[in-house]
Amino acid sequence: MTDNFTHIQAAHCENGVITKLLKLAGHEYMTEPLAFGLGSGLFYIHIPFLSINGGPAISFRTLPGRIFSRTCNSLRIDIISKKFSNEQKAKDYLDNLIAQNVVTGCQVGVFNLSYFPPEYRFHFNAHNLIVYGKDNGSYLISDPVMDNVTVLTSEELQKVRFAKGFLAPQGHLYYVKNARPYTEELLRKAISSGIKRNVRDMLHIPGNFGGVKGILYTSGKIRKWRDKLGVRKAGHYLGQIIRMQEEIGTGGGGFRFIYAAFLQEASKYSKNERLMTVSDEFTKSGDLWRQNAVNMAGVLRGRSSLQSDFDNIADVMTEIYHIEKNAFKELSKLKLK
Amino acid sequence: MKKEDTPQDKSALENISHEVCYVKNEDGSYESVLSTGWDVKTDALENAWDEIHERIENARIAVQQRRKSPLYYHMEKNLMDLTLLSSYVKFSKLRVWWHLHPSVYEKLSPKILQRYAKVFNIAQDELNTLT
Repeated sequence: MTDNFTHIQAAHCENGVITKLLKLAGHEYMTEPLAFGLGSGLFYIHIPFLSINGGPAISFRTLPGRIFSRTCNSLRIDIISKKFSNEQKAKDYLDNLIAQNVVTGCQVGVFNLSYFPPEYRFHFNAHNLIVYGKDNGSYLISDPVMDNVTVLTSEELQKVRFAKGFLAPQGHLYYVKNARPYTEELLRKAISSGIKRNVRDMLHIPGNFGGVKGILYTSGKIRKWRDKLGVRKAGHYLGQIIRMQEEIGTGGGGFRFIYAAFLQEASKYSKNERLMTVSDEFTKSGDLWRQNAVNMAGVLRGRSSLQSDFDNIADVMTEIYHIEKNAFKELSKLKLK
Repeated sequence: MKKEDTPQDKSALENISHEVCYVKNEDGSYESVLSTGWDVKTDALENAWDEIHERIENARIAVQQRRKSPLYYHMEKNLMDLTLLSSYVKFSKLRVWWHLHPSVYEKLSPKILQRYAKVFNIAQDELNTLT
């Protein structure tokens, strides 16, 4: 495996690992947008009363690990996923897999990830990478967000596999046990169920802070931030939204462009032209998210600080809410075969 | 986003990696391209670090004024809070909180100090240097 391993680069780490593992398991056609869409990856949630790094807790995608399990499930691929309480056992298990030439995905924390630029090393524990071999005691690593393959020493890998804190990996590793052969019918069904599940998550989730309603919730909050927090702190909060929305891994526009790309691909497989039209709606939404990031950066830089600037940002989010709500309604009406 | 609008600004990723963006090409179909970074994101990241540096600086002052023990400074420097430090060092939160008091810290055994030093990735005698 070591000699003929080809690295693939992706926008998001989890998508990248799935894409690579599924390609190796005989699903050659797999692409990042397809993996993301089959796993119903698009989401929005603004968790009230919870703060992360002193800012709002917002996510533009579904829970870590979900995309992988859903995508594999819908394509009838058996996976083994393991967590460990004993660090030595976790290492032995991985070494054993490598000895059998099994390409393995690992969940890691990025704070001690030596090849990451220091500016990006926060205590974020839901990063994923591929271990594809061992050479002179060092592990051969293919990290989907990097340009090329890299290596980690045994100690370095142990350290990141056992990072602590929120979503601690606990040595979590996963690999494909066996995969049924690919048929186009299976893929079409998977696309249909992936879209349906995404419609459910975005339109029918209870409460007012998840799904498309969550966007409206954030929009309402932003209107009050200036008076409640002061311009400086509000700017810090907006900065956090920008990072969640645009930082490495989202493919731009809070995953909306990846989803638009998925719908284009889905349209080809399902032979349904209307998916193309809905894809355009998500492009529109992604563009608005990005335009809003520019508006938010204005507050951050101290260029705009009036209440009308905050209202403007909130208005754009309300517009995004309507676009995404209608796009998902449109998707729910489609009869996909 | 259109392909020609892909930002290629300088960022912390420079010389280390690129990031994948999904963009629409001239035919209206999506493809992935590499970007070196986007100013808007760089601003947001810098803003986050400014905030962190300010916290570290406040921690340094608190230690110098003997309001907190040096462990507090290293905790902030490692972007940790009480909960996270407690799970890394494997002491209860209450115990870590206790160790953050200067008078308690000064009486800690070398064995306990060594546990903290290991978590912070420094030598034991570096615990008292606030750099």
